Amino acid sequence: MNLHEYQAKALFRAYGIPVPNGKVAFSADEAIEATQSLNGDKVIVKAQVHAGGRGKAGGVKIVDSAAEAGEVARAMLGTHLVTFQTDANGQPINRVLVEETCDIANELYLGVVLDRSLRRVVIMASTEGGVEIETVAEETPEKILKVTLNPMTGVMPYQCRELAFGLGLKGDQIKQFTKLLIGLGQLVIEKDIALVEVNPLVITGSGDLLCLDGKINIDSNALYRHPDLVEMRDKSQEDERENRAADWDLNYVALDGEIGCMVNGAGLAMATMDIIQLSGGKPANFLDVGGGATKERVAEALKIILSDDKVKGILVNIFGGIVRCDLIAEGIIAAVAEVNISVPIVVRLEGTKATEGTAILNASDLNLIAAQDLGEAAAKIVAAVGEAK
Amino acid sequence: MSVLINKDTKVICQGFTGKQGTFHSEQAIAYGTKMVGGVTPGKGGQTHLDLPVFNTVRDAFNATQADATVIYVPAAFCKDSIIEAAESGIKLIVCITEGIPTFDMLEAKIAVEMSGARLIGPNCPGIITPDECKIGIMPGPMHMAGKVGVVSRSGTLTYECVKQTSDLNYGQSTCIGIGGDPIPGTNFIDALALFEADPETKAILMVGEIGGTAEEEAAEFIQSHVTKPVVSYIAGVTAPKGKRMGHAGAIIAGGKGTAADKFAALEKVGVFTVRSPAELGKGVQQATGW
Repeated sequence: MNLHEYQAKALFRAYGIPVPNGKVAFSADEAIEATQSLNGDKVIVKAQVHAGGRGKAGGVKIVDSAAEAGEVARAMLGTHLVTFQTDANGQPINRVLVEETCDIANELYLGVVLDRSLRRVVIMASTEGGVEIETVAEETPEKILKVTLNPMTGVMPYQCRELAFGLGLKGDQIKQFTKLLIGLGQLVIEKDIALVEVNPLVITGSGDLLCLDGKINIDSNALYRHPDLVEMRDKSQEDERENRAADWDLNYVALDGEIGCMVNGAGLAMATMDIIQLSGGKPANFLDVGGGATKERVAEALKIILSDDKVKGILVNIFGGIVRCDLIAEGIIAAVAEVNISVPIVVRLEGTKATEGTAILNASDLNLIAAQDLGEAAAKIVAAVGEAK
Repeated sequence: MSVLINKDTKVICQGFTGKQGTFHSEQAIAYGTKMVGGVTPGKGGQTHLDLPVFNTVRDAFNATQADATVIYVPAAFCKDSIIEAAESGIKLIVCITEGIPTFDMLEAKIAVEMSGARLIGPNCPGIITPDECKIGIMPGPMHMAGKVGVVSRSGTLTYECVKQTSDLNYGQSTCIGIGGDPIPGTNFIDALALFEADPETKAILMVGEIGGTAEEEAAEFIQSHVTKPVVSYIAGVTAPKGKRMGHAGAIIAGGKGTAADKFAALEKVGVFTVRSPAELGKGVQQATGW
């Protein structure tokens, strides 16, 4: 689950990590009030969306007065921000962060993420903050300094010193950096955080460290033990159909093609998309019905697939392990009874109770195309969609 | 011969009397797995499926000298269950449960390594040596004792491997579902080393997917340590790049992790790759000349 910048900064503040003074505003009036309560001649108004690249996309503006902050907020709120990390529709702006500005002497980069091959959370720091950090990592990997976080001990002060000296910090900055990083380590472990990024972490004109940005992604599997974080969820930033699917424990991702897929297991779901493409079609979605597929969930899955107007055919590919093919068959029949399905459906059932499932489908008067294996199933749906055109 | 488990492997189940534990233990017993008991705290002394129930894994281990345990407890309790098994002397821990928090697994993994046990999973179908021992949720009947070692991150793609190698009458020596989580107990390299050392395994079918660098690391290992034919498929050529929040993930991945990268890394070291998941069996045929 992603957090907004202002939510990330609230967590930073709670763990003693320095951030600028700021307030979130849901309206132009709130932005004006927020500006009046902050210090300095200028404030920065930042669109709060779950995507990077906001600055270049016009989602970050420095203003000179409360009135101007209100105008900028009014112009941003209710619109969509399109950045290089969003799709073509962009992300809706329903709140802005109004923050004090500061003089910037230097921009650093700080990131915390799981390194799967090391099987450790890694803290990365670089002197090349604020620029194209991925390019830096690719072309000059030696400029990305790393330490690994032992979950048993948390961040150790020596690790902070290693990074601090590596970044060329001096005097009191080393102490500030150590405090910041130990706080960050605590935050990451206590709140089950999967990713933190501070880009940039700045050295201000007066020589102090300050986190000017903050991105946090929380391990969704751990949300059950963080009710405070669950409350921070902003569903408007997420895909509506994906959320509807998630409510039914279905894992759905919309794609651009025309052949809808319903599959059990993420790997097989991706493989089904691959073979559709190899057979000359284009997948319309990724959909994993998971291990506990019931009749109701299968019916809901089909409805979600069909809510995409681009879908011209559906491939159901189930290899039953925990999932019982007879329940899948009943779900397909239930869905067809509820929604008018006019597109061809190819069904391939294999594994647990496949014979029973096939018998149920054969006994119904539904117009389904049966397939024995994956290759045949893909060929048949691609052909059926081709004919329908 | 086989890897890790055979007809003599004594197995207990954690979460034994729950719905999942009961159903899959019944299936395992019917398959011929030597189930010797189970653990449900508070139900020690009872009998379930004609087998003894224990309060703790330590009690179960002391009474049965079990070689392996299979865990069906809910995700929130898996860290505790895995560490309990490891610290009670069980040598092979198979965790089926999905949805375990990453930090729980980081800690559990350290505890397992310190105890000298091996963990398979979590978020996996388990491990099976056909006709001898089934630990996990895979449907038994499609398996066939034979000569292909199967290792996969995806459960249902493991089933595809099994079906296709059974259809060609090659059968499987052992199938290991290592699971799709970021922190797997056993990885491709571990499984490849086991299959390489097993005389019954004549070829290895390895199925990966996008994300992480496990397949790239496996490719390096294959080059220097694996002499048997390896056939591989990577799922996710058509998967879109996920919506991204920052850059940190990409920096760590260092330009690896796409299906194309993984295919290239494997092909470079002589692995026979197939682009279609319908050709897993055919790939083995072509790579081995069987």
